[in-house]
Amino acid sequence: MAQQDISKHRFTDGKLNLRRFHQARWDEPVIFELSCEGQRGILVPEVEQGIQDEVGDVLATLPDAMRRKEPPRLPELAQPQVLRHYVRMSQENLGADLNVEIGQGTCTMKYSPKINEQLAGTPRMADLHPLQDEETVQGVLEIMYRFEQILKEISGMDRFTLQPGAGSAAIYANASIIRAYHESRGEAGQRDEIITTIFSHPSNAACAQTAGFKVITLYPDEDGYPDIDALKAAVSERTAALLITNPEDTGIFNPRIDEFVRVVHEAGGLCSYDQANANGILGITRAREAGFDLCHFNLHKTFSSPHGCGGPGCGASGVTEELARFLPVPTVEFDGEKYYLDYDRPDSVGKLRPFYGYVPVVLRAYAWVMSLGAEGLREVADISVLNNNYLLNKMVQIPGCSAPYAPGKHRIEQVRYSWEELAAETGVHSEELGVRAADFGIHYWTSHHPYVVPEPVTLEPTETPSKEDLDEYVTVMAHVAEEARTDPELVKTAPHNSTVHTVDHAPLDDPSQWAMTWRAYLKRIGK
Amino acid sequence: MEARKKLGLIVNPVAGLGGRVGLKGSNGAEIQKRALELGAVPQSLNRAILALERIEPADDLKIVTYPGEMGADVARSCGFEPTITGSIEPGKTTAEDTRNAAAEMLRLGVDLLLFAGGDGTARDVYNAVGDELPVLGIPAGVKIHSAVYATNPLSAGDLAGLILQDKVSAFREAEVMDIDEDGVRQGIVSAKLYGYLKVPFRRRFLQGLKAPSKPGEQAAAAAIAADVVSNMEVGWLYVIGPGTTTRAITTRLELDKTLIGVDVVAEGDLVAVDVNESRLLELLKGRRAKIVVTPIGGQGYIFGRGNQQISPQVIARVGRENVVVVSTVGKIHSLGGRPLLVDTGDREVDEMLGGHIRVVTGYNEQIVYRVAC
Repeated sequence: MAQQDISKHRFTDGKLNLRRFHQARWDEPVIFELSCEGQRGILVPEVEQGIQDEVGDVLATLPDAMRRKEPPRLPELAQPQVLRHYVRMSQENLGADLNVEIGQGTCTMKYSPKINEQLAGTPRMADLHPLQDEETVQGVLEIMYRFEQILKEISGMDRFTLQPGAGSAAIYANASIIRAYHESRGEAGQRDEIITTIFSHPSNAACAQTAGFKVITLYPDEDGYPDIDALKAAVSERTAALLITNPEDTGIFNPRIDEFVRVVHEAGGLCSYDQANANGILGITRAREAGFDLCHFNLHKTFSSPHGCGGPGCGASGVTEELARFLPVPTVEFDGEKYYLDYDRPDSVGKLRPFYGYVPVVLRAYAWVMSLGAEGLREVADISVLNNNYLLNKMVQIPGCSAPYAPGKHRIEQVRYSWEELAAETGVHSEELGVRAADFGIHYWTSHHPYVVPEPVTLEPTETPSKEDLDEYVTVMAHVAEEARTDPELVKTAPHNSTVHTVDHAPLDDPSQWAMTWRAYLKRIGK
Repeated sequence: MEARKKLGLIVNPVAGLGGRVGLKGSNGAEIQKRALELGAVPQSLNRAILALERIEPADDLKIVTYPGEMGADVARSCGFEPTITGSIEPGKTTAEDTRNAAAEMLRLGVDLLLFAGGDGTARDVYNAVGDELPVLGIPAGVKIHSAVYATNPLSAGDLAGLILQDKVSAFREAEVMDIDEDGVRQGIVSAKLYGYLKVPFRRRFLQGLKAPSKPGEQAAAAAIAADVVSNMEVGWLYVIGPGTTTRAITTRLELDKTLIGVDVVAEGDLVAVDVNESRLLELLKGRRAKIVVTPIGGQGYIFGRGNQQISPQVIARVGRENVVVVSTVGKIHSLGGRPLLVDTGDREVDEMLGGHIRVVTGYNEQIVYRVAC
């Protein structure tokens, strides 16, 4: 076997075989448990006497109340131990650079070109200080300014802010702008309800709530489309805005989106377009033409910047001219000669991130767009829709798999599938199938909780994977589904070749059992 | 001519008697006597008629039933000339009569046994026929935990008609459940499984099995309670329907709620506990009031199942705009996209409640959901 040509194993008579994958398993403890008192990664040199004499005790200026009484309880380790720990952790992951990453649906896990990482890492970017004089950061300001012009063209909106550090932060910003708008018309107290749909990103409901609004969620009509009659029943003089994703997380495009916008406008509310699922509509439809007042893009999704395991990202918020005065500060302006930051905006909702926001994220997105051009962006949409519908066609041919809602219709860039039929037949649940898939080097995400689509799987292939990648993914899915029929115990006891975790979900649903920090965990287990 | 199809019909004339008068069930002669004293009107005959009216009398369709109030009266009023078997003591029918009638239907080899009743009736039918006979329930009882019932009398009639025309061939084993009375006295709704009846399978026609409570639903119910309580106003009466979700509201007010009864709250205090329809109507005189109800999990009924004390008259008095529906999102999702349901027994009130309604699902969280009537 060892001498055999690997391609002979991968294919039999031209047909793809399953991978003989086996992941590293290290039984690696949490880094806090590796701590050994007195170990250090870096020994900071003592300050020389001459300098000490000159500056004195630098900490003396700190007020007593702000000084720690004892050092922070951080893990104490030497450099090689830290490095080894994290490399081992990385081997126990199915990261985006390792597997056919189409199973993390709604997250738009496309390839992040490595050259853009190098750009972000150059000293010209990495060594900038946010307090440098504007004269000395003209290049960065130009990139932010020009990227705003690009987003204006893509969406049709009039102004953008690149301040928010995440999609949810952008939604929060938009909710704040919505409140500022109604305040300016003396209606803020009255308009306290935000409407969204159950298959919009849940951040819309969550961030609107965080911003102090009541949230009204609409459920689909009998055909699986957002329910216009439910919307008509929901709007009133209390409606502040509609926050909606389109296409929704089912991959279904709301064909009556302009009617939704009209109904809300007629009730006096604003409409904000969550473009988290924009990958399949770039260069095809725009927020402006559908009548929206606000929108946001995730640069870490659609525009290829890495997600960074939860950040930093960038949610770029766009608004119409009428709402531009409420945008967060600072805006990036150009006076014909130089670029500058404008903090003098009295109606602004205020500051969202320190300084400029996350500039390296913007730089990567800018580089990505510039490498593609307008035609390239349109091609991104075309290929991601093609990939998705190829995958859809293959997936629903697997016995026991279905794509609920809008039967027979094409989807845009993702699909929330259901294993309901397979689960009813075999007793094997979607989560268990996903864990077993990891034994073949791929994975998937099910859906937000609580599940609306039963036994869900959400797949979003983007423009990144090749046809061979998609075929490999489907081969694994079909194999695992077949195993559920022939050997359900094998699936239920997975993982066998990977290190993916199986977690009991019950405590996750129970806030009284949560421990959000290591310290809270120690307290909870009585240490 | 020889009848092509035989339909068995059993009506439990005392089923549903205890509902509007707040007795939570109608099992046993003592309870039935008390229900009648409290002014209860038998519901099951009317509901059986609503169902049977959906089936056209035909020469080749024969109805086999028990005498008088156990079926013959209903069949005749719907234009059938039924074949009558057995004997009863009018006004004093018992569970034994239901079991005997069902056993007789089995012996006569009916194509379908259609029966009107509640969980107690389903248990009696099950004890007599097991899974040997296709059956279908017309919902007429106070508590319907069993999955052998159509969504309402009209659906029962329509579905029975389809079976008699051989248009439904799929059957499934459906749960016969009844609540554990000891558990209810301790405030825990726990339904006990008694067995399985063979029922025709058409998803939209049948009531789903009530969804069990799950861990985590408690946290959701507490958030709902926080929302409802923070919106309570001085001067209003709050009629709190049965259920664990609504109980979270009274728990938040530090009040003791009867789990399957209807309680009334005002100014943060209990005004009346475990009320029946007439007491409710009395309390509502000259008062502004809101009704707080929660759907039955897996079925989606917000009125007409387990809360018949909140009668059509009570609902009409309070008005649709003052009906507060509360539900955890999990309970809504267990409906699998099916709408919420109402079956108050009054067509006009059902229609008033139909359309889209707001449902409180958390603190400052609502959904807009369809209500079918």
